[in-house]
Amino acid sequence: MDWVVFLIASAAALGCACGVILSRNPVHSAMMLVGTLFSIAVLFVAQAAHFLAAVQVMVYAGAIVVMFLFVIMLLGIDVEETLSDSLVRQKPLALALGAVTAVEAVLLTRMNWTVGTPSIQGPIGGPDGNAREMAEVLFTKYVWAFELTAVLLVIGIVGAVVLVRRRPTEVSE
Amino acid sequence: MIPFLAADPLYADGIDGTVILIVIGKVLVTFALLLLLVMLIIWFERKVVSDMQNRVGPNQAGPWGLLISLADAIKLFFKEQSIPDAADRRAFFIAPYMSLLPAFLAFAVLPIGGEIHIAGHTTYMQLADLPMGVLWVLAMSGIGVYGVLLAGWGSGTKYPLLGGVRASAQVISYEATMGLAVVGAVLQSGSLSTREFVNAQGWNDGIASIGHWFFIAAFPAFILYVIAMVAETNRAPFDMVEAEQELVGGFHTEYTGIRFAIFFLSEYMNMITMSGIAVTLFLGGPSGPTFDFLSWIWGPIWFLGKVAAFMFLYVWLRGTLPRLRYDQLMNLGWKWMLELALFWVMISATWLVAKEEGWNLAIVVPSTLLGAALMMFLLLQAFPKSSSTESSGMRGEVTR
Repeated sequence: MDWVVFLIASAAALGCACGVILSRNPVHSAMMLVGTLFSIAVLFVAQAAHFLAAVQVMVYAGAIVVMFLFVIMLLGIDVEETLSDSLVRQKPLALALGAVTAVEAVLLTRMNWTVGTPSIQGPIGGPDGNAREMAEVLFTKYVWAFELTAVLLVIGIVGAVVLVRRRPTEVSE
Repeated sequence: MIPFLAADPLYADGIDGTVILIVIGKVLVTFALLLLLVMLIIWFERKVVSDMQNRVGPNQAGPWGLLISLADAIKLFFKEQSIPDAADRRAFFIAPYMSLLPAFLAFAVLPIGGEIHIAGHTTYMQLADLPMGVLWVLAMSGIGVYGVLLAGWGSGTKYPLLGGVRASAQVISYEATMGLAVVGAVLQSGSLSTREFVNAQGWNDGIASIGHWFFIAAFPAFILYVIAMVAETNRAPFDMVEAEQELVGGFHTEYTGIRFAIFFLSEYMNMITMSGIAVTLFLGGPSGPTFDFLSWIWGPIWFLGKVAAFMFLYVWLRGTLPRLRYDQLMNLGWKWMLELALFWVMISATWLVAKEEGWNLAIVVPSTLLGAALMMFLLLQAFPKSSSTESSGMRGEVTR
């Protein structure tokens, strides 16, 4: 049963990921990205990481890709793209970096670095175990990292607002 | 034991053919129930709005015009379906289903009754009891935006695009408030499972359970949720998405025939789902007085009764309130509701921790309220003094 879920979800994730880079239209790419994120959420559920799966769908599929689409539609760049690159030497560089990443991924899995022992704490009990464990770790052990990330995000938002805000005198009425 | 199946007793003895059949049956019954409810609610809305406007309303098809929705569905089914030349066909075709499916999937986690026994198995009257049921609901309401967005963009014409972009902006804005209002209820129940919610609100206490319903303990969150819920479903007075005077018909201008019917269906299904969530989170779900006669049927009856009350609220708002202007909508969402929801989460979390730790409530509560008021005052200082420059800026951006 686990295998069936894994096979279907990972095939869907890979297929959609290919769709993201193969679609000519940015909106289609974004929709394929939603498919990829959703499939990965299914994989999370199969690993009993319910909280992660829900947050994945909520934040990435439900909010961030909507923002992508919003920008694509508002800026009117939803036309089909040509295959000629505007950046010089982008293609060979991308190929080289992709090859490096692929070799790295294979090496890491070979060296048992990413697939270690399942969990040292054992299965999480109760319907809310997921959220509880997560919250406890987040607000005790990793509280500094958590708070600093929050500060970073706030700085990002404030920066974006300041950058786009024109002074009232410059607005031409 | 398969890790992603939840606590339903149906799966306790392993899975065989009967269990699979029961699950399929539950799916079909839930879907049929939703469709039937939609039919009745469309009729209900037309009748109530007619009464409010001193009209008769539908009265030809069936007794009291009850079959009007069926007649409409048949009419739409046989109509020609046109596709604009500039349409993106894939997006255009998939959009109606993208808005229909999430509404149904979110409804699937709502408990509508207690346990029932079928063919020697015991199961909940609830399609799926997910451990993260509340988050699932929020995730699905986030996915629902794509239907409107893709429909607007995929039509390839101007007005639907504007309608779709407006809709997505509105839904994203109010989703934040809705999420925080839901957190207000989660703080009370201490759980994310919808069934635990119902249990925590005095399930099976009969009429005495009203005292445990979370709309008392989390009243501000309840009000914020109801406002956000109306905005999320794009209904009046927040029906900016399909403002006829400005946008012809909004995102579904180019849709005809059965595909338009699916959009129509999904709007009402969304209303039912959102009301169902409100009932589950704040009004005790299916709890209420039960009687010995057919004891299993009272849960669904109370649940549907509470949903019907929300439906009346929807229709009432539509019949009486004028539409908000777009900048008013955004101001309300981002500058008032979001802050109030955040403050409520802060206040009620402090209250709960203080009660548990035995702090002096006479000091803790006033100081929390004072802090919230101070922060709101500071925020108000940061807002621009008049909104006139802002609204002209916004109009300039839309027409550019």
